Formats: sequence, C-alpha cells, structure tokens
Amino acid sequence: MAEQELVEIEIDGKKLQVKPGSMIIEAADDADIKIPRFCYHKKLSIAANCRMCLVDVEKANKPLPACATPIMPGMVVRTQSKEALVAQRAVMEFLLINHPLDCPICDQGGECELQDVAMGYGKSVSRYTEGKRSVKDKDIGSLVATDMTRCILCTRCVRFGQEVIGLPELGATGRGEHTEIGTYIEKSLTSEMSGNIIDLCPVGALTSKPFRFKARAWELEQGTSVAPHDCVGSNIYVHRHRDKVMRVVPKDDESINECWISDRDRFSYEGLYHEDRLTQPMIKKEGAWQVVDWQEALTFAVDGLKKVIDDNTAAQLAAVASPNSTVEEHYLLQKLVRGLGSHNIDHRLRQTDFSDQLATPVSAGLPISIEAIETQEQILLIGSDVQREQPIVGHRIRRAYLRGTNVCVINPMDYHFNFDVKEKIIVSPSTMLQELAAVTKAVLDQTQNTRHGKVADLLKQVTVSDSHQRMAKQLLGAGDKVVLLGAHGLNHLHSSQIKLLANTLSQAISGQCGYLTEGANATGASLAGAIPHRCAANLGVAKSGLDAKQIWQSQLKAFILLNLEPEYDCADPQMALASLQQANFVVSLSPYMTSTMKDYANVILPVCPFAETSGTFVNIENKWQSFAAAAAPQGEARPGWKVLRVLGNLFEQEGFDYTVSTEVRDELKVAVDGMTMTQTNQDHIPSTLNFSANVDLERIAYPPIYRTDNLVRRGESLQRSGIAEAAAVHLSANTATQMNLADCEQVTVKQNGQHVNLPLHVDGRVPDNCVYIPSGFAETAMLGVTSPAALTLERS
Amino acid sequence: MAVTLNQVCFRTLHLDKPWTLATYESAGGYAMWKKILHEKTPPSEIVDTLKASGLRGRGGAGFPTGLKWSFINRDVPGDKYAVCNSDEGEPGTCKDRDILTYNPHQLIEGMLIAQYVMNATGYNYIRGEFDLPLERTEAAVAEARAAGYIGKNVLGSGMDFELYNTVGAGAYICGEETALLESLEGKKGQPRFKPPFPANYGLYGRPTTVNNTETFASVPVILEKGAKWFAELGKPNNGGTKIFSVTGHVKQPGNFEVPLGTSFAELLELAGGLKDGRTLKAVIPGGSSAPVVTGETMMGLDMDYDSIAGAGSMLGSGAVIIMDDTTCMVKALARVAYFYYEESCGQCTPCREGTGWLYRVIKRILDGNAGQHELDMLDDVASKIEGRTICALGDSAAWPVRSFIKHFREEFEFMIQHKKSILD
Repeated sequence: MAEQELVEIEIDGKKLQVKPGSMIIEAADDADIKIPRFCYHKKLSIAANCRMCLVDVEKANKPLPACATPIMPGMVVRTQSKEALVAQRAVMEFLLINHPLDCPICDQGGECELQDVAMGYGKSVSRYTEGKRSVKDKDIGSLVATDMTRCILCTRCVRFGQEVIGLPELGATGRGEHTEIGTYIEKSLTSEMSGNIIDLCPVGALTSKPFRFKARAWELEQGTSVAPHDCVGSNIYVHRHRDKVMRVVPKDDESINECWISDRDRFSYEGLYHEDRLTQPMIKKEGAWQVVDWQEALTFAVDGLKKVIDDNTAAQLAAVASPNSTVEEHYLLQKLVRGLGSHNIDHRLRQTDFSDQLATPVSAGLPISIEAIETQEQILLIGSDVQREQPIVGHRIRRAYLRGTNVCVINPMDYHFNFDVKEKIIVSPSTMLQELAAVTKAVLDQTQNTRHGKVADLLKQVTVSDSHQRMAKQLLGAGDKVVLLGAHGLNHLHSSQIKLLANTLSQAISGQCGYLTEGANATGASLAGAIPHRCAANLGVAKSGLDAKQIWQSQLKAFILLNLEPEYDCADPQMALASLQQANFVVSLSPYMTSTMKDYANVILPVCPFAETSGTFVNIENKWQSFAAAAAPQGEARPGWKVLRVLGNLFEQEGFDYTVSTEVRDELKVAVDGMTMTQTNQDHIPSTLNFSANVDLERIAYPPIYRTDNLVRRGESLQRSGIAEAAAVHLSANTATQMNLADCEQVTVKQNGQHVNLPLHVDGRVPDNCVYIPSGFAETAMLGVTSPAALTLERS
Repeated sequence: MAVTLNQVCFRTLHLDKPWTLATYESAGGYAMWKKILHEKTPPSEIVDTLKASGLRGRGGAGFPTGLKWSFINRDVPGDKYAVCNSDEGEPGTCKDRDILTYNPHQLIEGMLIAQYVMNATGYNYIRGEFDLPLERTEAAVAEARAAGYIGKNVLGSGMDFELYNTVGAGAYICGEETALLESLEGKKGQPRFKPPFPANYGLYGRPTTVNNTETFASVPVILEKGAKWFAELGKPNNGGTKIFSVTGHVKQPGNFEVPLGTSFAELLELAGGLKDGRTLKAVIPGGSSAPVVTGETMMGLDMDYDSIAGAGSMLGSGAVIIMDDTTCMVKALARVAYFYYEESCGQCTPCREGTGWLYRVIKRILDGNAGQHELDMLDDVASKIEGRTICALGDSAAWPVRSFIKHFREEFEFMIQHKKSILD
C-alpha cells in the first residue's frame, strides 16, 4: 500500500503532520498534547458521548469532540482556548453532579480518570444542589465488582463486549438520567477476557473484586512480568504491597497482547496465597513428614538420589517438569540430570505420541508473529479451543474474522467462538485424523499437487466427501494462510500423524503451520533441553532418554519433579501416580504441597511460583521475555533455578556457579543463537495412518481454562467465575438417549478399574459416541488415560 | 385574501373514505407512479423537479429534499433504503398522524417514487402510540400490494419495490433520524454521531435517506402539478404548503394545510382565534423545542422558514402552540423541561445530566424554593447543553429555557420573590 500523503494541521500552535482521516484526538495523542476524555479509547469504536474532549476548532460554530472530528488539511485546533475550556469545564460539572464524591472509599481512588480530570477541570464547589442519583449495584460474578452509582455511562465496557470480545453481556438499559449499565437479567460474565472492563472503566464503577479494599493504588509497587499460563506470553504488571502480590494488570505490548490480558492471567495470582502453599522444605523420614531447613532437605535429597543411582544406574532417574517452568529452571534441571548420566527428562506432559520427535525441529511454535494472525486470509484450526486455550490468539483470530478472514475448524467438540466459522468438521478425536486426511487429500486433488507423493500414497484409501472438498476449496482461497494445531491436535493419540497431515496440508495450500503449544514455556523448555532426545540448544544425544510416556511406563526408581502435579498435569494421571508410588525416591520441587505429593514424594522443596522468581519464557513466536521477581518469596520458598543450582553444587557438578538467573539464560541464549536447526526436511512418514478408535465410547479430555496448571487451579475467584467448569460427564443428546441417560443424572464412569460418580450434562458441543470428561479435577484425576481410551457409563 | 386550504397532503380530505385505494385513485392517485414506471423517467429528472419545487424537509430541519435525494448514488451495489419518519413525537405536532390516517396512499406513492429514484427498499417507521394511523397505513400497504404497486415486478416494469411499516415503542428520541435507524435495526434508539451521515452510512450501514411523512406525501402532487406550481404556492425559498398543528388557547385547534408564507394572523383566524376576552401572550411556532416568541412579535410574522427564523425561532415541525394571557410561563416551561428530562436518551453527558438539572431548578422555582441567582444559573446551564451534544435534543431542551427566561424574566423573578405566579 502506498504511503498516505500526510496533511498539516495545527493544534495549540504546534504544526503537525498527520494521517488524513485520523481524528483530532489521535493526532493530539501522537503529539503528546493532552485532551481530557472518558468515552474515547483507542481500541474501541468512537462513541463521542462523554463530550469531555470538546475542543475549539477554527471556523466551527461550536466546540467539536476531538475523538470524532476528522482532521482536515489546514485545520487549526485549540484545546486550551477559552471556548474549549468553558466547554470542557461544563462537561466536568455535568459529570460530577450525579457522581458520588466517595473517593475516600472508592477502590479507583488515586488511579481514577474522573478524579484526575476533575483536578484539572472541576470546581471546588458544585452549583448543583439537587439530590444525586443512586443506582443499584449488580452482581456480575466473582471477578468484577460493581458500584454502579459511580458510573458515568461512557459505555466503554459495553463497546468492549460488543466489539472486542464479541459477547455483548453488558448494555445500557433505561433512558436519560435513568440509564444503567448492566446485564439486564442478572448473570455472571462469561468471557475469558472480562477483567479488561476493570481497566477500561474510567471511574470506580467496575473494579477488581478479588483486589477490592486490599490496598490503595498509591501504596502499590509495580514490577513487570510475563503471564505464566499460555504460550502467548502476555506482558503484565504485577502490583505488590508489602511484598505480596495484590493484583495483575496488563502492560501494553502491541505485538503481543495489546492492552488486554485474559482473566486467567489477571486473577490467577490469588493462587500464590492458597493454603496449599509450602513455605518450608519438608522431608519424609520413616513415613513421617517433618519440616527441616534447606541444608538438611537438600542433603537428604542428594543422598537419596545418589543412593538410587549408586544402587542401580543413572538410567533409573527421570526428571519431569511443568511447561510453565522458566527457561532457567528447565535448563538447569536438564543440566543436572544429564550431568548425573540420564537423558530421561521431559516437559511434554499431555503428549502421548512421540514417534516423530527426531524428525521434527527442536521447538515448534508459530511461524508467523502473533500480530500477523490478523492479516491471514484463511485460518484452519485443528483440535483447538483457541479462545479458551490461548485467549489472546483467539482475540487476534476474531479481529482477522472481523476483517473478513475465513476460519475453518476440525475439532473434537463444537466449541463456541467469538468468530464465525466458515467450514467446520466436528468429529470424535480419533475420527479427526481421518477427516484431516480427507481434507488434505481434497487439497492435493484440487491442486493436482504431486510434491507429497509419500503422503498421497497414505491417503489412497481415504474417502473424500463434499464437506472435505468445500473446506479444501476454502483453504485454497487467496491470501496468507495458517494452519494452527491446538491441544487436541498436539496431544492426539496419533499426534505425529496429525502433524504430518497438517504440515502437508499447509504446504499444499501455500500456507504455514503453527503449533499452539501448552503452558507458558514449551518452546523455552525444548530449547533448554528439557526433552529426552536433544540436549540444550538442539545438541544431539547418542541415545534418546525416555519420553514423558515412557518415563511413567518404565517403573523407574528415582524422580525429580518440577512444578508438577501429575494427577492433573499428565496425560495418564493413573499411570504417573502408580509410577511415582513404586519409586524409591522422589524429589518434588513445588510451590504447593498436596496430599498425593505427601504420598509419593520423599522430599518437597518449596520453590517460588510465578511472580516470586526471576526467569524467562519463550513464547510461540520464539520471543524471549525475561522478567525479574515481582514479589518476595513466601516463607522459605526459593526460586527454582537457585535450588537446582545448589543441587548441582551438592552433586559436585561442573558449571553450576551462577550468581544471577540472567547468567543461566545468557549461557543458553548464546548456545541457542549459535545452534543449527536440525530440520531434517524429511517427514516422519508412518507406514499407515491409524484411523480406527477401537472403542465404542471415546473420551475427550482436556483441562478447562481454569484447571490447566497448579497456579490457576488455586485461583479461587476464577474457580467461582462464570466460565469455570466443574467435573462432569458431557454427552450429546443422541448418545445420552441411546444410553438411556438423562440430563443432570448422576452417572458412574468406569475406566481401567477405577470408577467415579459425576453429574451428566447433555452438551450440544460433544459429537455422538463421545464423552467429554474434563481433566484437571480431583474427581476425574483417577480416570487414567486422558486421550482416546475406552470407558463405560452407567446410571449411579 | 382568503387562504386556500388542503392543496397537497390533505387534498383528498373532503372525499368519502379518503384512506381507501379507490378514493385515492379516483382523485388521480398512483398516476404518477404508473407514469414513472411506464416512461422509465430518469431519476435525475425527478430530483431536479423536487429541487426546483423548493420542497424542504417537513420534519423540522427544513433541509431541501431534492438535494437530499441527490446524495444517494443509486448505482452503488447492495441495499439502499428510503425511510419515512412517521415517529411524530414533537409536542404539539399531529400532522403526520392525519396523513397516515386520512391519506396513507399518497405517502406510499411518495415513498415508492423515492425508492424508484434511489433504487431503495422502503421502511415507514410509525410512532408506537399511533393505533388508528398504523391500522390505516397497514391496510393501505396491503391494498397497494394487492393492486401491484408494491412487490415484485411492479406494474410489469421488471423492477421490485418492497415497502414495510414498522412500529416504534414510544420514545421521542426515535424521531431523530439516526436514533430511528438504530431502533429500526432493533437496537436501543440512540442518535449516532455524524458524520457519517445516513446518506453514506444509514440503515444497516447502507446508504439511506430519511424523510418526514409530510415530505414524502408532498412528492406525488409536486410531480403531478409541476415544480413551478408548488413553488409558487409559497414564497421564494419557502415553496409549497405546510400543515400547521395549531393547539393551545384557540377556539378551534386543528391541522391546517396552508401555503407557506401565510401570515400568522390568518392562521390564528383559521383556528378560530383566541378565546373571547383573551390576549395573545406567547407562541411556540414550531414544536415545543422551538424558542418561544412573544405574542406581539408573532402577530407580525408570516408562517414560513425564513420569517420565523428572523424572529429567533424556527418553523420546526409546524406545531403552533398558542398561549394567551392566562398562561403562567413558569408552569409552561416546567412542563416543557420535564418532557426533555424524561426523553433525553442519556447518551451525551450534557443532555443526560443537564436536562434533569434544568427541570429540578424550574420545579423549585414553582415550589417557591429557589433563589434569584438561580435564574442566571439556569440560563448558563442551558447554554452549556446547547451545541454540545450528538443530536439536537440538547438544543431542544436548552432553547425553551433560554427563550422563556429571555422574554418573560419578570414572571420568573416574581415567582422566586413572592413564591406565587404573577397571574395569581
């Protein structure tokens, strides 16, 4: 696109070159000329209703709103002339007549746009002597507190719902002075991004419920950090008061999260102060747990691990880490276990098919930038509930959709998205592979593509129907294209085959293929070497260690766990727990102590969770984002990297002499910058594709948005919020009828000899002959394999 | 000189059941529609005729109709709309009600011609409280459809014309054209910020023209009798006739369709004159939002856009509210102010907050609970609503306050001081 010719205007005597078509307020903002405003927000449509930004425009017969007046060549604007000030002060007076001046008890006090602007434009005494309006507060859920009497009806929250998240839950009812913002019928907000209305609200009408009355804005200290839940790496500010995290708010980063963050990133900090928090090292001696000092705990851990290694071999040791751990933690953990002689390390906890790991690049994320998602013309989602898994990516896809992008999905559930889906295929997890194969075949047929001969051979028997042809045709449309694999694709029972087909398909449509990886730092973990088949920075190993599945299958004798709660975090919790329970010695580095952990572990070392440690996350764009600790550790808890460093020292290993975490990062970063990507360019091609499920009733299992990791699971407000799921059995209406089961009944789920009672929900999103039972709950933890596996249901 | 009544919108009023298709056709109705479709009259020709006729918007703003129609590019692909504003809500106005009730076919014909000119779909947005007018207009649309004037391939022309009536829910603000469009889209009726204007971004974001009922209903007659005939009915720049709804202290209130430029004195006489023994105190010449004019001034004015504007008020919707010497101007203003307080949509700060403030202060004056300084404050508050809002409702709320205080200040001062009306 050709550069637009700039036009010259003048604001407050300053000559400015601005883009034609932009509004006065944008030009003023760019030139750092402050114009007061309430309803205007750069990310929302223009409402022009607050009238605070009225300015004096030469040749206009009345003051004009800067937010809604397009600039014209030669325009002369005065924001501080007598006329402008009279207009602005008048609006301020109007705004304050019905606003309760309860700043001393208002949570917004000190960071209130109305308060700030009133300081500049308000009078000390009001001429208004009538009674003030009061408005009943609304209960809109556990995350956002309301004081609707303070509302100045700017409608930012309303527009956010309509425009940004596509979920118009808030609206203005009533007329004139009687207008109220609310949900009309009282309900909890159900967006995964609802907390952003707290930031948008210019007054204290919508404030953070968990933060309510906890501290005043001016008492808070601010640290920058990176959100610890998904592969986006949203930039955040952590606000602390006396060393305790009080709240999390977004930090603007146009290339990643813009000015938004998900509710998960905003409110999960509550989990930092959950009662499960372990604040002192503990060891188990003769079956009894005791609190000890760090020295004793570390010695106990080292002695225990040494004994197992000495009695057996180092191959009996495995390390398993949560992908939410930092780069530094992953790097030191693998350095430690490799130093001890074992390559058994993994972070790919919910993955079950590792057969292609040697043929694929060491880390795979998004081949395009997060920002560039918006400029794709065709997007195919495979096995992804993107809006809930990576809310910011979902938001970018919505923006692309609003611009006209076509989105197609192949999913195991008919997830609700805030963008329309052009073509969708909703089938059981096992059938997903077959459907993807058919779409791939249709694409190869339609393009008469012969470059993928080997894959085409595999697809010979695949039947292609109209729906596959339609989707293929859509994907072959014009423009940039990306195929995105979500959790249900990456953790598929045959994920290597899904990935093969997705890559083939994306190449055949001249697009790119991206992986929406799990956790905050899967890319960093792989680069750091927390994988069995490569050392840090992609250095090869003579013989691969055991992968996450084999580790649990192999009845090993010793384990080091990092930030792990296997009953919730692993593909097969049952097998993981059994494996840990039979082991001789288990060291758990964890911020929390759980009852299961007490059962299987021998030492629990309290490490710092998010916000209490420095570190680095690498997001799906391969962007390294380092952060300092934003709050003091609780009790005796110590940053994981420091604990691992000392363990390295105690094992008398070389190269564990770091004094700050950035040294760890830099050591890895230098290696990564110099590494050669061993992209083999050779697909890992199986001899056949595994199409059949071999079960009558296929389970769909994935942790819901607020059950994905140890921190968010303890975010109590999130657990009570509008979209928090509970453990339940979800069936399609057809399948429930066939099984003679009814909605809301209690049913017994049996799998691998275990059984649990759960309520049944008839759920239109679930395909027939499938059952969705979310993982990540205590109630469902014992159900075993969470990828396709046989189970039975009966009435309790 | 006797004034000739009912030449345009009410020209069939004297006939039996003028709302029926048969009666309308007997008076030459739908002849223009047939002629246009038959001759495939170039749309620009129709627009030129309207421009030459001097027809100005009859809803209140008085914008030249031909010019407005010319803003729509009929060749833009996609939907375009011609919307009739029958949400007649301006206090004192009841002319559109009678067009819908007594001459709906002429409105339909006018709308169809507009649809032809702009290649548009028609919507007639009717005020929620208009039961009989809606019934009559619905029946008329059904008759016109049955007669083949509306629908597919109208009169064998190969062209389709759809026209629908829709009903509002009784909000004054929906008479504002962009709020009307929002309401028509099923949203809360709140005015949109302009630009963009409806001609570019109207109903469902498509090019749209919104005209008043009386405006549309004038079109067939203008085309039939010619621009010159229509223009010469009135005065230069004030062509044609206008229906005035004369209410208040007159002997025979009612709707009077008279040529623009008819003197106020003649109009007053048509309405039977003042009640016996009364003198004219004040007139609101163009609906409650128009600034009040003293009786003395009013007696020297003609009923046309320019003459009324010259006196600092406006012709508006043509609702002429007559107040004689028994009128307490404070009470009258309190009623007007209450109306705007209740009808403010609540979108813009000055209007939402200011209308309530104005009403409450005036109410306190009535209650004998206000100070002299508050009169100036009242004027000041009104001045800060005026011109500061998205739509004209803010102005409508401010102008009565400012003009009442300007012309009848002594009545307000008297009441504040003596805690009773100057008339008591």
